[in-house]
Amino acid sequence: MSKLRVPVTSEDHAQGPADAPVTLVEYGDYQCPHCGHAYPIVKQLQRRFGNKLRFVFRNFPLREVHPQAEEAAEAAEFAGAHGKFWEMHDAIFENQQSLGDRLFVQLAHALKLDPEALAKSLRAGEFAERVQADFAGGARSGVNGTPTFFINGQRHDADFELEMLTAAVNEALPQKSRAAER
Amino acid sequence: MSTVLPAGTPAPDFTLHVTPDQQLSLKELRGQPVVLVFYPADWSPVCGDQVGLYNELLSEFRKFNAEVLGISVDGAWCHDAFAHDRKLHFPLLADFEPKGAVAKSYGAYRQGDGVCERALFVIDKDGIIRWSYVSPVAVNPGADGILDALEKLSK
Repeated sequence: MSKLRVPVTSEDHAQGPADAPVTLVEYGDYQCPHCGHAYPIVKQLQRRFGNKLRFVFRNFPLREVHPQAEEAAEAAEFAGAHGKFWEMHDAIFENQQSLGDRLFVQLAHALKLDPEALAKSLRAGEFAERVQADFAGGARSGVNGTPTFFINGQRHDADFELEMLTAAVNEALPQKSRAAER
Repeated sequence: MSTVLPAGTPAPDFTLHVTPDQQLSLKELRGQPVVLVFYPADWSPVCGDQVGLYNELLSEFRKFNAEVLGISVDGAWCHDAFAHDRKLHFPLLADFEPKGAVAKSYGAYRQGDGVCERALFVIDKDGIIRWSYVSPVAVNPGADGILDALEKLSK
């Protein structure tokens, strides 16, 4: 059973309390359809578990097969440096079919980020190192495709439909805190 | 249950087609670590399948100066098309004739199915297997075991 090798820190992009009893880490690729499928499922999971769940997203772009994935990851990191990571993360997944330079410019406008600064950042590969650090950490942790989920540091090896993920999060919770699984 | 050759065993040498008209022998790679990836078949319909994953991770393997070789019973032309389609940057070897002979020598052949096990071997620069692992054929084992083994070699 593969274990997360890079602990979650304040440097990570996280939603939910730092002391939540369950932390769900996703290694994802913005151009991957499976990650697109998982996106609304994670949202439902967050609604279901509220403050008992902390969700962390890390980058794992499959660059050879998804040519837009690296740029999308860096665009989201740029947004993160300006306090808008989750807005950009969500917007990209909601617009997966339109991935490309134009989308990032549009999203920059929509999120009140400077599109020129974003373009410059992408050209310079400003966040390439951060994305690569996520990627390498994921490789050492046993990420075996996208999305790969870790629940309290253990790789989730079952499917990532809502029912299975709910069951896995429940199992990681103390008995009395568990949510209904249907 | 597993018959794969364990750590400490010298890795059996082999010579297999790496392209339709070129062959590669394991002993040519003496002097650097080698990662052998036996897998059942080309063309599985999943993005980020095991072979694709290792392709993405080549830079991580190369940090240890390791060469990665993929081996299945598919023929060289099939490998050629698959490697081109998935933009693979490491060699795929055809354990085609006699079918599965190399996989058998490593204890990594699924007799009933006629394909290789999903088996991994890390071989040191002197040709000794230092780590081996068989994954259930439906599970992509990821790269953490390989990277841990390569790191141990480099200490």
